[in-house]
Amino acid sequence: MKERRSRALTAALLAPAAMFFVFLLLVPLVVVLVFSFGVRGPAGGYQAGFTFDNYLNLAARGKAFYNTLTLAPLATLLTALFAFPMAYFLALKANPKYRVALLVLVMAPFWTSQLLRYYAWIMLLGNKGIPSWLAWIGIHDVRIINTPVAVLIGAVYGFLPLMVPPIYVSLEKLDKRLLEASADLGATPVRTFFQVTLPLALPGVAMGSMLVFILLMGDYILPQFLGGGKVFFIGNALVDLFLQSRNWPFGAAVSVALVAIMFVTIYFYMRFVLSKTDTRRAALV
Amino acid sequence: MTKTPGHISPQKFLDELRRFQKGSVTRRHFLGVTGLGLATAVIGGAVPGLRPRKSYAALSGTLNFTTWPNYFSQENLDNFTKQTGVTINVNVFGSNEEMLAKLQAGSTGWDVFVPTNYTISTYKQLDLIEPLDLKLMPNYDEKSQDPRFLGPGTIDGTVYAVPKDWGTTGFIVNTKEVSQNPASWKEFFELAQGPLSGKVMVHDYQLTTIGSAAKALGYSFNTIDPKELAEVEKLLIATKPHLFGINSDYQPSMRNGDATMAMCWTNDAAQLHRDIPDMKYVLGKDGGEIWVDHYAVVKGAPNREAAYAFIDYILTPEINAKEIQAHGTPSTDARCLKLLPKEMLENPILYPAAEQLSALEYGAAETLTSPARAELMARFKSA
Repeated sequence: MKERRSRALTAALLAPAAMFFVFLLLVPLVVVLVFSFGVRGPAGGYQAGFTFDNYLNLAARGKAFYNTLTLAPLATLLTALFAFPMAYFLALKANPKYRVALLVLVMAPFWTSQLLRYYAWIMLLGNKGIPSWLAWIGIHDVRIINTPVAVLIGAVYGFLPLMVPPIYVSLEKLDKRLLEASADLGATPVRTFFQVTLPLALPGVAMGSMLVFILLMGDYILPQFLGGGKVFFIGNALVDLFLQSRNWPFGAAVSVALVAIMFVTIYFYMRFVLSKTDTRRAALV
Repeated sequence: MTKTPGHISPQKFLDELRRFQKGSVTRRHFLGVTGLGLATAVIGGAVPGLRPRKSYAALSGTLNFTTWPNYFSQENLDNFTKQTGVTINVNVFGSNEEMLAKLQAGSTGWDVFVPTNYTISTYKQLDLIEPLDLKLMPNYDEKSQDPRFLGPGTIDGTVYAVPKDWGTTGFIVNTKEVSQNPASWKEFFELAQGPLSGKVMVHDYQLTTIGSAAKALGYSFNTIDPKELAEVEKLLIATKPHLFGINSDYQPSMRNGDATMAMCWTNDAAQLHRDIPDMKYVLGKDGGEIWVDHYAVVKGAPNREAAYAFIDYILTPEINAKEIQAHGTPSTDARCLKLLPKEMLENPILYPAAEQLSALEYGAAETLTSPARAELMARFKSA
């Protein structure tokens, strides 16, 4: 009796999340999957059908897959490289009095619209921005806007506030006595950093990277604004297929391919990270 | 407790006035709570000259207005809100295809939008726009419209859309940076691949980008012939690495010098030339597009009354004249033309010579639904 009641309670508590999951994730995914085997309607849109043509045509968006799969990981890596020292400073070096204020400042960019900030970058990276300052010191004809470099700059800028907090949290929880122990045992600060601090911060880095990577893989506004239609991501291909050429079935096939790629990448990445952190934990104990 | 009090104490009135002045409450709230709105309505109703539009009394809420970049007068929109209490939510799109896709997907919440001539028959066929109730827009006068532009909005004798204004698609050249004097689409693409590499923009829009490339090759602006389209694709893909960008909002890049030549519509050309006289608008002598944009009401518009009131308001000659002066697109309405300054009517960007116009074509409905053109554009962009 008691057990049954507790089970009912569990079910009741899980129900909202389960409903959300089923109706807003699984059902749409099934719809996308069904659409991906259909054909384009005469005026665009979807018409029922069963064909593999959409999947066989995926190579037509090869460049978009290539751009996304090279630039998204690269941007994630760069963001992590920029975020780590920031998080390290905030967690270990900053005056605790100002720590909260500094953390709030990391989040400050989120207070204005992302579009507005990208527009600002268009100006900064455009002809009258950084290239004109470079020309002033004698470096001429630098082109940044509408290139992959502009997209990378925008990604690091835009996603840094998402990367810093998870790393900060994992560094903040770090037991400072471990660092002392490491020093006592004769390790140099550099060795302590690579053998103690970094491995212990790895879950934070992994979490932040995952977050940034997933968002970048599906992003289309960043490449649209800072890539000017020349740096084309899968997200842009999807927007195009659904909003311009209105080939929903092909768009659905591209979506399914994207989901599959993400799933495999994240699965292996998580496995890798977990195996790393587990062995470390075991070794420490 | 009634919502509109029969009377209001002097103290309360002053409090409300202060709140209104400080901006804590809206004008509507102020007029409602003090009874002034009712009083004004009664007095206004009693004096026929003060009664601007009867239907306005019933309006409220938000109007979702979907249009193109740099294509409306903010002042006019603000005045509409002031007069009716209806706030306007402006959505900006860079292509008809995108508007169609949104409407096809459903639940846009749009009330009024601005489709181009060649798309209206498709919207009607897909049952996405409603036949206009011209009685609700007394300021629209068919007789004052230039008959050249009345065709596309009227299908089988029923009016589905009324002309907003008309224009052309050519290209804009920053003559301070560009010494060559391109006069055709052929030269546009040659310059883009050569001396102006990295400085040229094309629209993110199949009709004009594919159409203009087709003109450069000597084909029809509206071609859907597979062999001709294959050549167009070759030209576009060869040009792509040399482009500065693919974007229908090219004014910012032209203004700050990132781009020195761009595919361009009349209104953007007029605005750019007005601010930077070095900007020269060119109509390809090998052809190009002439277009007429319309106002249409979306089927099932959430705020249908406001939609009609808005079109009626914006087509009032005096207001339309302000609209035209703000975005610089030629009017189709003779009453409006009379109110425009002479230099505007003589501006060759707005009113090109007749022989230049004769080379231009209207977009064709097939291009909107043609999978071949849609996929070509998508391949060009993802190349």
